[in-house]
Amino acid sequence: MTEIQTKAGLRIRLRGTGDIPLDVDLQCHPGELVALVGPSGSGKTTLLRALAGLYQQVDGSILNNGECWFDSSRGISLKPETRHVGMVFQSYALFPHLSARQNLLLALRRIPAANRTLVADQWLQRVNLSGLENRRPRQLSGGQRQRVALARALAPHPRLLLLDEPFSAVDQVTRVKLRRELVVLRQSIDIPTLLVTHDLDEALQLADRICVLHHGKQLQVATPDELMSHPATPVVARLLGMQNIFSAQVISRDDELLTLDWSGISLKIQSKEPFNPGDTLSWMAPPQSILLQRPDRPVPGDSENPVAGTISELVRLGPHASLRITPQHAPELPIGFYVPHHYVERQSLKVGMPVTLSLKTKAMHIFHSAIL
Amino acid sequence: MEWKALEISLKLAFWTSVLLLPLGIFMGRALAWKQIPARPFIQSLIFLPLVLPPTVLGYYFLLSISPDAPLGSLWHWLFNRSLAFSFEGLLLASLIANLPFAIQPVQHAFSNIDSEIRDAARVCGLNAWQSLWKVELPLVWPGLLGAFLLTFTHTLGEFGVVLMVGGNLEGETRTLSIAIYDQVQAFNMDAAGNMALLLLGIAFFSLLLLQWKSFQIDHKQSDAG
Repeated sequence: MTEIQTKAGLRIRLRGTGDIPLDVDLQCHPGELVALVGPSGSGKTTLLRALAGLYQQVDGSILNNGECWFDSSRGISLKPETRHVGMVFQSYALFPHLSARQNLLLALRRIPAANRTLVADQWLQRVNLSGLENRRPRQLSGGQRQRVALARALAPHPRLLLLDEPFSAVDQVTRVKLRRELVVLRQSIDIPTLLVTHDLDEALQLADRICVLHHGKQLQVATPDELMSHPATPVVARLLGMQNIFSAQVISRDDELLTLDWSGISLKIQSKEPFNPGDTLSWMAPPQSILLQRPDRPVPGDSENPVAGTISELVRLGPHASLRITPQHAPELPIGFYVPHHYVERQSLKVGMPVTLSLKTKAMHIFHSAIL
Repeated sequence: MEWKALEISLKLAFWTSVLLLPLGIFMGRALAWKQIPARPFIQSLIFLPLVLPPTVLGYYFLLSISPDAPLGSLWHWLFNRSLAFSFEGLLLASLIANLPFAIQPVQHAFSNIDSEIRDAARVCGLNAWQSLWKVELPLVWPGLLGAFLLTFTHTLGEFGVVLMVGGNLEGETRTLSIAIYDQVQAFNMDAAGNMALLLLGIAFFSLLLLQWKSFQIDHKQSDAG
């Protein structure tokens, strides 16, 4: 099998050899932002540190723009200071004894001394910190520190930008502002960028592609839309906070329409996945596939995949309400979803009320992999 | 006032503090940051002079610098003189006796540097040396000052080790603390009193300087809000 390999961008193939598990095969193109998401301890930060040359207990290779930074089979491992990486740390890691300008100057030692101050001040201006050049980190707010850290990472024209949860240490209002600023800055940067975050919304907003990591293992790499509509496995779906994941058996297949046996009731789901009668598979009912009906107020027309049950839980969460429906045929497999709170009031929904769910044939998802 | 004894005390304190500074940086940094399997063993060795009677330390030191012992014979071969009852021997013993004072404050200062700051220095393009000079030392200097002042003050006050290793040779190994002891033995209380007051003053001033500096630093850091 041959592989088309472009020289541009970052090419990572890494496996952990130490205590921290890592198993990643990832590409990031120039100008592309790949977000690494996963629960804490999933190896996101370790991967960034390995790319920067700060974590050595790995096997494999790292190529950036055709330049070999690391290759365990050839014994190559560039030192961190020679990789030309820009990195924003979770704590920002500004040098506390230096002013904002001096922090940048220290990172600009590769350019001619005469230009350094000019370049540093230009970058501080670009991140809206003009006038604060002489402030020490402790005299800056969290958001300002983050901007200094970003300017320090970008000013020396790095070949790779690494962002380790850069927005986690600021308040919500500042976070939204900083995210917008990053998007603006990125338009003028044509280097690969990796962003570590445990905030899925942040990844969905900022990333061109998202890489889901779990216990160091890369589970899926996809665009935000693709990931949210077609999570590869039930594990990925659960890591992304999705619910209503069940297993079922294929009864029959008619072109792209599968008829399933779900614990005793039959469901019709449209899917291109190559499953055959007798196979066991995993399926998911995303929120947009679920329609709630009160039996005493039927909706005209045929209802797709009707599932009868009762409301077993109803919790108000701000403008929404979290609902949990216990199906009659399988009380151990509750279906959960959110509805607007005004809908609950209009329909007078209450715990214990019998309802019918309609699961839309075309909106349900069948996982490629059967493992629950 | 025995000026010669004061001079020897100050000379001993100065050289002990200066020579231990680089060792304190090297050992303190390694113990704070590096994965060392033998760390408990090394830490215990370093703390030993703090709890051992100075006579025990002095006894083993005398053994190791006797002309038959490797260290003693090496010194004899190099300089054709004995280490025992010499200023150099006294200095060597003083270096060992002051290891805990020289290393502990520096180690503490290094372990207070966030590991991300160290990583940031490397990612910013600084090699290990540049990182030490430009980032680490400016951040640990209160620890260095502490190590220097503690070592200096402690050496001025050292008695047991000095007596065991240096003897009491005027102009060579007779320090102020030993002179005080001699004067008291000879009932020259006034002479002893002057010297005691001087040592008390120096010691208190050093500690005051240390406290004042660390208060200043705490105060600055709490500005951060």
